[in-house]
Amino acid sequence: MSLYAMQKFLYHLNRDAGVQTRFKTDQEALLGEYPFTDEERSAIASGDVGLIYVLGANGQLLMHFAAYLGMPWPDYIASMREGVAKHGPVRAGVYAMTTAMNEKVAGV
Amino acid sequence: MSLVFAGVCSHAPGITGRAHLADPALRDPFHAAFRAMGDELRATKPDALVLVGAEHFGNFFMNNMPAYAIGMGAEYSGPIEDSAWIGIAKTRIPGNPDLSQRLITEVLQTVDVSFAEEWLLDHGLIVPLNFLTPNYDLNIIPVNINCQGPPLTPLHRAWAFGEALRRAADSVPERIAIIATGGISHWPATPDSGKINVEWDREFMARWARNDREALLAYSDADIYRDAGQGGFEIRTFISLAAAARGAGAIRHFQPIPIFSVTCTLGVMEVI
Repeated sequence: MSLYAMQKFLYHLNRDAGVQTRFKTDQEALLGEYPFTDEERSAIASGDVGLIYVLGANGQLLMHFAAYLGMPWPDYIASMREGVAKHGPVRAGVYAMTTAMNEKVAGV
Repeated sequence: MSLVFAGVCSHAPGITGRAHLADPALRDPFHAAFRAMGDELRATKPDALVLVGAEHFGNFFMNNMPAYAIGMGAEYSGPIEDSAWIGIAKTRIPGNPDLSQRLITEVLQTVDVSFAEEWLLDHGLIVPLNFLTPNYDLNIIPVNINCQGPPLTPLHRAWAFGEALRRAADSVPERIAIIATGGISHWPATPDSGKINVEWDREFMARWARNDREALLAYSDADIYRDAGQGGFEIRTFISLAAAARGAGAIRHFQPIPIFSVTCTLGVMEVI
């Protein structure tokens, strides 16, 4: 588990336009610069927001990756629930899910 | 006395970015009250606005995380977020590095604060500014309390930091306004987003309005996480403000709006 590396990548992507461009044009080399596990690299490369959430990424980093991928807010929320349904509870960090799968506390 | 205004406010990105998803009957009075607090703030003719926030990795990360940081730039910019996503255009906000340096020097007498000549605003500061100083024409001094990457500073240190900010404001001839911004209970950016513990929020704001130091500092982080979520750690900013202002607080707005993820809160505090 290299949650730190995954979160650092998200931090760089969120605030650096150069990293955002490289994610689209030079992705393999960009992701090679971070000590990810195969699971983490694959989750990021495929934009699997649900799995990244389960791996423990801080939501304040993850929600901007989702926005960068073009996911509307309700889809972002849904993908995290789907991630928990598929992979089980959040494995690290302080952003665990505490509501029921279909609770939709904000209607989305 | 050079502290001329003290207040607290919410800063959730949904307040602007998801405004279109909110019930206008809840959204519009909150937005109007937010702008009115800006009018009230600017009527006190401050020379600078010290904006105490709890950023979400706009500048600081776990490679080198300061518990407390103060901006010392001539200019700041933001939002770091996509403008369409947050509903706020990219902008520049003026700073005053000379004033920052004097404030930081005084704060350092009691709190080992970091300083930063570069500072990118995330929603935690730009959402409040969007309502309080919509022309972005008032000098700001951004301040951060780490509420994101544990281990976090203890609540009693947040109080001491507020006392230091007050001492610093009193030590300069400029007229200083101070706004602290954070959520109360919330579970942001998770599937729980929109969950709000209104009773906890009401109790916390009652303690804040009484400026009851002992009651404000009585929470443990384990209690906060259980009852108010990871977003609740941001009460540190409200606690610092209470220590800086010293007076009684008046709650101007208190309305849970789930699509904004928080009880949307505005308050001003008497400076004594």
